[in-house]
Amino acid sequence: MTVTMSGARAPGRPARLRLTDLARLAVVGLRTRKLRAALSALGIAIGVAAIVAVLGLSSSSAAGLNAEIAALGTNLLTVQPGQTFTGTAELPIAAPAMIARLPGVYQVQSTGSTNVNVYRSPLIPSVNTNALTVNAATLGLPATSGTSVAQGDFLNAATAREPVCVLGAAAAQLLGIDKVFPGERVWVTGTGANGNGGMWLYVAGILNPDVLSPDVDSSVLVGFPFAQNYLSFDGNPTTIYVKATDAQVNAVYNLLGNQANPENPGGVDVSQPSNALVAQADAKSAFNTLFLGLGAVALLVGAIGVANIMVISVLERRSEIGLRRALGATRGHIRIQFLTEAIALALIGGIAGIITGAAATAIYAHGKGWATVIPTDAWAGGLAAAILIGALAGLLPAIRAARLSPTEALWSL
Amino acid sequence: MSSHATTARPAAAPHPAVAGAPEAVLELVTVTKIYPGKPPVPALRGVSLSVAAGELVAVLGPSGSGKTTLLHLAGTLDLPTAGTVRVTGLDVSMLGDRQLAGLRAASIGFVFQQFFLAEHQSVLDNVADGLLYAGVGLAQRRDQAAEALQRVGLGHKLGAKPTQLSGGERQRVAIARAIAGEPAIVLADEPTGNLDQATGAAILDLLGQLNQTAGTTIVVVTHDQQVAGRMRRQVRMLDGRIVSDTAPEAVAAWPDATGERMAGSPGRPEGGPR
Repeated sequence: MTVTMSGARAPGRPARLRLTDLARLAVVGLRTRKLRAALSALGIAIGVAAIVAVLGLSSSSAAGLNAEIAALGTNLLTVQPGQTFTGTAELPIAAPAMIARLPGVYQVQSTGSTNVNVYRSPLIPSVNTNALTVNAATLGLPATSGTSVAQGDFLNAATAREPVCVLGAAAAQLLGIDKVFPGERVWVTGTGANGNGGMWLYVAGILNPDVLSPDVDSSVLVGFPFAQNYLSFDGNPTTIYVKATDAQVNAVYNLLGNQANPENPGGVDVSQPSNALVAQADAKSAFNTLFLGLGAVALLVGAIGVANIMVISVLERRSEIGLRRALGATRGHIRIQFLTEAIALALIGGIAGIITGAAATAIYAHGKGWATVIPTDAWAGGLAAAILIGALAGLLPAIRAARLSPTEALWSL
Repeated sequence: MSSHATTARPAAAPHPAVAGAPEAVLELVTVTKIYPGKPPVPALRGVSLSVAAGELVAVLGPSGSGKTTLLHLAGTLDLPTAGTVRVTGLDVSMLGDRQLAGLRAASIGFVFQQFFLAEHQSVLDNVADGLLYAGVGLAQRRDQAAEALQRVGLGHKLGAKPTQLSGGERQRVAIARAIAGEPAIVLADEPTGNLDQATGAAILDLLGQLNQTAGTTIVVVTHDQQVAGRMRRQVRMLDGRIVSDTAPEAVAAWPDATGERMAGSPGRPEGGPR
């Protein structure tokens, strides 16, 4: 082959298309058929948007939860009676005071559960307990357990001796109380020694939801002295909330069992509520698989749409292909033109999808007060998926376009 | 595909001849083209034709005479079944797809009956696109395109869209696209087929003028006697054969217009025009 050419003028080597020229070529088909291009890019956009939004929302919600945990601190430890051979152990009445002596511990609060039930009024059937508990609480509980007073006041030294209660967030909701006003009261039963009898408790306040200690949410809190005097409460704490300095948390954690109940350290359960929340934040993302799957299906449908429009495009643009071949385009030039066009189409859809997904995430996260987090994996993955889909969907049509014989393409009209 | 054509080609076309023939821009030597099918359709049966630089040639024949096939082969858009096609001295069957494309980009300009202009692009960019595959940068493409449009008399409509132009103007744009790269040869397929008489005449005048002033080599394929009549050299085709050629030496070679010459028996001595 080269032998024959040696004497002659070297034939024009086919020129490499410059990137700018290729970009111009890629959008020729899109510019001339805008609506169709937009519709076929829509499928890709929906798929990418779904994926970006799902990943963004789960990241944002995890970030929100983590921010909340960080704000509340990871230095809260709770002590509860554990299980023994004979049943549930009890914590000694002196346990809170003993724990307070540990180095590094700076707050100790406790609650103790009573056996009474609480109702909106005496007219409510006694089986409708709503699974609410009435707990005796120490006076500094909200700050330690991780909540605050939403309305009214918490118990104080005076009200702790009186038939006065404070409602946890969930308890208030279940009892149908959203406002504290003078004279507001709830009914408790089982106050007598034989389990009979009932009395009114006046509502002094309502707490905010307690993220770290959900037990507090479903509690109606009364003072220790009142519970001991009127609700047959034995005075043994059932949950002790301990706050230790960050540096000492682990040391305190290890000592709590012995310190709370030296007689029976095995009958004490010590836990760190923030750990459970972190696990919960991680577990939420498992739910996303379903939505990611749906996003993938949308992407697949979008890919088929792109392939479809490209096949039609090749059929419609035979004369353009023929003309380009006559103007000196190689098969490679035609192939790369149609391939780039398919990729450009998918890329436009992908970018639109990323913007939509990010916007959806931002709006939702803003509404929830979370930081907007779009993981790099999400948008980079969406973009990569779009390019890959464009390339795959455009490959076959591009090869068909390149195989078209120039004479057929030009003269078969 | 080229290797097949190579083996089928008679050994009578020695390669060294390629080297020293710069003036023969287009050369067909006993070219046969048979389209596969049942039965196979022979479109060209041993056609030999030589077009020198600066010629203005009309290839005339009724439909089915093989003139379009001749244009395909001359434009390297298709390869002959047998025989040799040389464009600017290069044997087409020796070149691959990429080199043929390069040859088309650099040396051949096409003008079509249907114009084939991109409607969404300006006239200037339509013409500039003709140089896209010749490796010319965008700015220079536009410069050359503007110059070519000046030459066809459309220098004042660079920014217009083809849809805003008349048929004659569109064909002028197509001609500008064909000549923008100053190709060795321009092949026009029924350039006046979609135009009325007067507009067609103006287009033919333009082709003649380009040939006269710039020395552009032009081959016009047409079925129209009147169109062909305006060209200095006329090649008549019928049933895949050349039946007459008004080129002086060709006339001598084809005294018999109904000649029974077959593929493989060249009608005139090799290298005659050189």
